[in-house]
Amino acid sequence: MIRARGLERRFGEKRVLAGLDLDVAAGGFVAVTGPNGSGKSTLLALLAGLLAPTGGELEIEARRDEVGYLAHEPLVYRELSALENLELYGRLYRVPERRERIGMLLERYGLWPARHERVSAYSRGMAQRLALCRTLLHDPSLVLLDEPYSALDADGARLLDAELAALTGERTLVVSTHDPDRVRPLATQEVSLA
Amino acid sequence: MSGYLGDVAALARTSLLLELRQRDTVPAMVLFVVSALVVFRFSLPADASDLASLGLLWIAIVFTAILALTRAFVAERDQRVLDGLVLATGDRSAIWLGKVAGVLAFLVLAELVALPAFALFFAAVGWETVAAVALANVGIAAVGTLLAAMAAASRARELLLPLLFLPLVIPVVVGGVGASVEPDPGRYLAFLGLYDLIFAILAWASFDYVVAE
Repeated sequence: MIRARGLERRFGEKRVLAGLDLDVAAGGFVAVTGPNGSGKSTLLALLAGLLAPTGGELEIEARRDEVGYLAHEPLVYRELSALENLELYGRLYRVPERRERIGMLLERYGLWPARHERVSAYSRGMAQRLALCRTLLHDPSLVLLDEPYSALDADGARLLDAELAALTGERTLVVSTHDPDRVRPLATQEVSLA
Repeated sequence: MSGYLGDVAALARTSLLLELRQRDTVPAMVLFVVSALVVFRFSLPADASDLASLGLLWIAIVFTAILALTRAFVAERDQRVLDGLVLATGDRSAIWLGKVAGVLAFLVLAELVALPAFALFFAAVGWETVAAVALANVGIAAVGTLLAAMAAASRARELLLPLLFLPLVIPVVVGGVGASVEPDPGRYLAFLGLYDLIFAILAWASFDYVVAE
């Protein structure tokens, strides 16, 4: 599913990622760990196709619309409601039976009662739950999650644990985290960035 | 509506919905264009011709458009929504076309106030000026939206956009002023139409590269 050889990314003079080799089979679960500034977010943005490598090779066997990408920001319009945001993304991703899918995700992540509220009124945890709904809306085959547990409360974290457990083996997962113990039981490989 | 045009319609609707909720672009454009016309009214000598004032109308329109274009990608930039849209949209040019539709709507709304205000302060506006403004809007929105997307990625975006935009819309001003003041506006209107066609195709085709990273 993913093959990287000598993957490198520079921002100007600064080299954020250098010489990374990575092989991930379909259905694999990669936990990406490392301190702040080690290049975890850059790696996920490269895998999502939002950044181009400045060196090395990167092959991904997934179309752009088969990638689910959770970034630090929720990537949703703050002045639209959760429902309006997911309707927009559902339409762009051509999600079949999208009303039902959106309703199911909002229910699962506890956002159904707040579905008509503008995202600007959401707490950080609610925005993160909405971002997870957006990421999983089109049932992506490659799921890239950049520190998905950040801002989630205990209930939200448990929901995400269950979601990851359900996706493991079914989808290819790359999850960056500062808490590797949380995902280690599910992960098939770990990439530690220095 | 489905497919590509459905995506464009959904994105254009989003732009209009955001403006309806925030109301920070169109009111600013209207206020700016009316203020500019008032300033021009008192700047021109009393015996200035109507031809000179028509030139000022075009200056007001172009600078008002910059206001709309500066705000065109603010919502997408602030929350990195553009990254989400780039991943979700099969053909990325749909993002450009949706934004063009939104910018076009904002320009028309501002001009619905600007043209009567111009008639009030200076002279009546003929059909040829209205036709030229309509054609100019398409070119301004097409080129300006592409440049706004480029500028959105830059730290100096407020500076960069006018620097890129103004040289590229000089033909629009030439065509617009020509259609407004010349006895035979036909060839100037045709020139504006040709500009719209060429630059819309160029912008449509190159948007994918602009948002590629």
